[in-house]
Amino acid sequence: MLLDVTDLRKTFPARTGLFGNVIDRVHAVDGVSFRIAEGRTLGLVGESGCGKSTVGRAILRLIEPSSGTIRFQGDDITNLPPKQMRALRRRMQIVFQDPYSSLNPRKRAGDIVAEPLLVHGIANAAERREMTEAIFAKVGLQPRQMGLFPHQFSGGQRQRISIARALALGPAFIVADEPVSALDVSVQAQVINLLMDLQAQDGLSYLFISHNLAVVEHVSHDVAVMYLGRIVEHTDKATIFAKPLHPYTQALMAAVPVADPSVRRDKKHVMGDVPSPIDRPKGCHFHPRCPLAQPRCRTEEPVLREVQPNHRVACHLVA
Amino acid sequence: MAPVLEVSGLSTVFHTRAGIVRAVQDVSFSVEAGETLAIVGESGCGKTMTALSLMRLIPSPPGEITAGSVKVAGTDLLKLDEPGMRKMRGSQIAMIFQEPMTALNPLLTVGRQIAEMVSLHENVSRRAANARAVEMLHHVRIPAPERRAREYPHQMSGGMRQRAMIAMALACRPKVLIADEPTTALDVTIQAQVLDLIGDLRKELGTAVVLITHDLGVVAETADRMIVMYAGRKVEEGTTKDLFADPSHPYLQGLLASIPKFGAGEGTRLREIPGIVPALNNLPKGCAFAPRCSAAVAKCQEAIPPLETKRPGHAAACWVT
Amino acid sequence: MSDALYYARRYPLGVIGALILIIFVLTAIFAGVVAPMDPLTTNARASLAPPSHTYWIGADMMGRDMLSRMIHGARISLAVALGATCIGSGLGAMLGLASGYLGGWFDLIVQRIAEIMQSLPLLVMALVITASLGPSLTNTIIAIAIPLIPNVARVIRANVLSLRELNYVEAARAIGMGRARIALVHVFPNTLAPLIVLATAQLGSTILTEASLSFLGLGVPEPYPSWGRMLSESAAEYIRSAPWLVIFPGLAISLVVFGANLFGDALRDILDPRQGD
Repeated sequence: MLLDVTDLRKTFPARTGLFGNVIDRVHAVDGVSFRIAEGRTLGLVGESGCGKSTVGRAILRLIEPSSGTIRFQGDDITNLPPKQMRALRRRMQIVFQDPYSSLNPRKRAGDIVAEPLLVHGIANAAERREMTEAIFAKVGLQPRQMGLFPHQFSGGQRQRISIARALALGPAFIVADEPVSALDVSVQAQVINLLMDLQAQDGLSYLFISHNLAVVEHVSHDVAVMYLGRIVEHTDKATIFAKPLHPYTQALMAAVPVADPSVRRDKKHVMGDVPSPIDRPKGCHFHPRCPLAQPRCRTEEPVLREVQPNHRVACHLVA
Repeated sequence: MAPVLEVSGLSTVFHTRAGIVRAVQDVSFSVEAGETLAIVGESGCGKTMTALSLMRLIPSPPGEITAGSVKVAGTDLLKLDEPGMRKMRGSQIAMIFQEPMTALNPLLTVGRQIAEMVSLHENVSRRAANARAVEMLHHVRIPAPERRAREYPHQMSGGMRQRAMIAMALACRPKVLIADEPTTALDVTIQAQVLDLIGDLRKELGTAVVLITHDLGVVAETADRMIVMYAGRKVEEGTTKDLFADPSHPYLQGLLASIPKFGAGEGTRLREIPGIVPALNNLPKGCAFAPRCSAAVAKCQEAIPPLETKRPGHAAACWVT
Repeated sequence: MSDALYYARRYPLGVIGALILIIFVLTAIFAGVVAPMDPLTTNARASLAPPSHTYWIGADMMGRDMLSRMIHGARISLAVALGATCIGSGLGAMLGLASGYLGGWFDLIVQRIAEIMQSLPLLVMALVITASLGPSLTNTIIAIAIPLIPNVARVIRANVLSLRELNYVEAARAIGMGRARIALVHVFPNTLAPLIVLATAQLGSTILTEASLSFLGLGVPEPYPSWGRMLSESAAEYIRSAPWLVIFPGLAISLVVFGANLFGDALRDILDPRQGD
């Protein structure tokens, strides 16, 4: 198993008192467990504030997890000291959503992509240049564009630079945090295809974080749905899209607009807003919005359990 | 039925240091009461500039509406002076924006902002205006509207704020509502609620809706008719059903093929539209889409294709198809 | 060289600013050669002489040639202005960067000290510092530089706090870059724009602070001239009877500040690659 995350938790102080004492906590990630195998993609789906981005950053230790364990290629990296963690960063990387804030506006594209090599003292200047050129070609950029600054590229091209930077050290695993959400539709396809080609070539594994279910369905092998810090449903792609069991997954799928006017279904949309992660509803967090909620759902927290082989659901109503 | 909004030959330019940017070129369309027309396109295609031109909210200078007419129930907005236009905004034609947080004043309660809008256009007492504000909040299905009217924008969630924006926009029963990416900043479950709401209000009040979006899924689910814009021009127009079923322009064909679809099956590759959207101050001589178009022929490089009727109720600007 | 020419054509106002500054600096350096008379020699008969052939821009109460005093005064005024601004902005930027990027206790302490310093008027602080160090050029520069530090530190810190959250800083951590290197390579260069604006704005106020200090006898000691003191000594008494005593030092200060602002704006744009095309 390439990545094995067990009971990952992260809380942030929401309000602090006069003396720095924490009054309220945001439970951004609340006991999340999953595994990703080599060459596979786990799609992590959820609405804003569900903690999906925090999961991605905590795995890379860009945010320190509050508890839980992260095993990467067999090693427990949860408490790795900074120096060893830095060495490990050659094997796990991240691509961000916003193609504008993810590149330093004062650095040339070539330097941005070569920087990881420089930091890790790989190769001399001439070799680095050669390697950078090769990576540029790999992600579909022209090596002659290496001297340009980020603002001289379009959004899609900037996302390619981000991917090139992540690829520079030859990682085995990439967290892709909403990598196409900020891009135009016609450009989204370019970047999705690129990510999938790279997986086919190099056997990369992805944690693909997105709110866009159609994109997740396209790129993922497995899908986990998060709601208010927890995974509520987790199974393989075909099953979750064909037969979603959790009422929230069902609601999410019903809400996604389908680009086909001939299937104008009579849909029942889930009501209400996503509650604040500071003050989560007792019992099942989804019960105030759930059309099927029972008295039990208001008091008792459902656990994520395997209802069918390789299909985990956290709902009292699923047999 | 006569259209309530009739736009013809609308052209808007921006005078910038880098030259004249032709943001909107010769765009025409009309919308009937109770109808939803979607304007679809990617960033920089001119859809938002078209919306702002309809409201005459183009910052000028550097912007300038150079030609065309925008008729709302027969009145040409482009011929009005500024005070006359101000009377129209809100009462005849209203707009909601992508980010309701920045469109609402953070220092005034939501109820007060709606009431202000009402008393601006109608000669009513303060009490009546306040009552209307509560009624509108109720109308957009905000629970406990009396209490919510006394809240400030930051006390509301994103979806609630967008509802409040809609309440404000519709408070004076405008004939036309322009919605510029109204759900782009919202989560999918909230997006579905807000789209439902806009659809229902349109039916109840008979408002004509111009929906500006980049999301073809949103278009498919909400619009009766749609126009597709590329590089400032209208390249295709027709009923939503017809355009999705049988797009004529290679651009719309490409767009539809490039979005991932539910249940498309394992390992299918998305179709890419190669290249990037051209800069509006440096457009190619012929069809703006030609450099990215796989069907392009020599003529496409030479002249801009006119909008032609391909089938009844379906027009496209393409030399090839 | 072709770069310099390119920028010169793109930023004509910046060139004007740079020229103003260069002329003043050269004048200060070669004051001994350029000045027509000795700035310290008094001449009782020329007391308050208006501009004439001998005294181009007049003479002061003690009959000293204003032009020569202005030229020599440029040395002290520019040394104080540039010295104090550079030291104050430099130290302030470093503290602000460290404070904003490291956060935690260090940030807390730096910010509280900065608040205490900011609660005292600039002049009072400078006064206390010079009074304890004694009047001399170096001490004046130090006395004026120190009160600048908290202002700069706070502006830079605020900027760093927002930059720290940007994805490219996170990306730098993700590739295994160390904290110090991220601060220097990715954060600091992006704070240059506010730093330059702040520094050029402070240039003028340093000259005036020096004037006040000198007026109180705590700046550069008499009889050495500085623009600030020339201005402050004569402003109240001679503005009606001998306005040239006020106008010309005032003009010189304004010109330097103006030149610095023009140059600073151009510099800020040149250092920003986004302005390149």
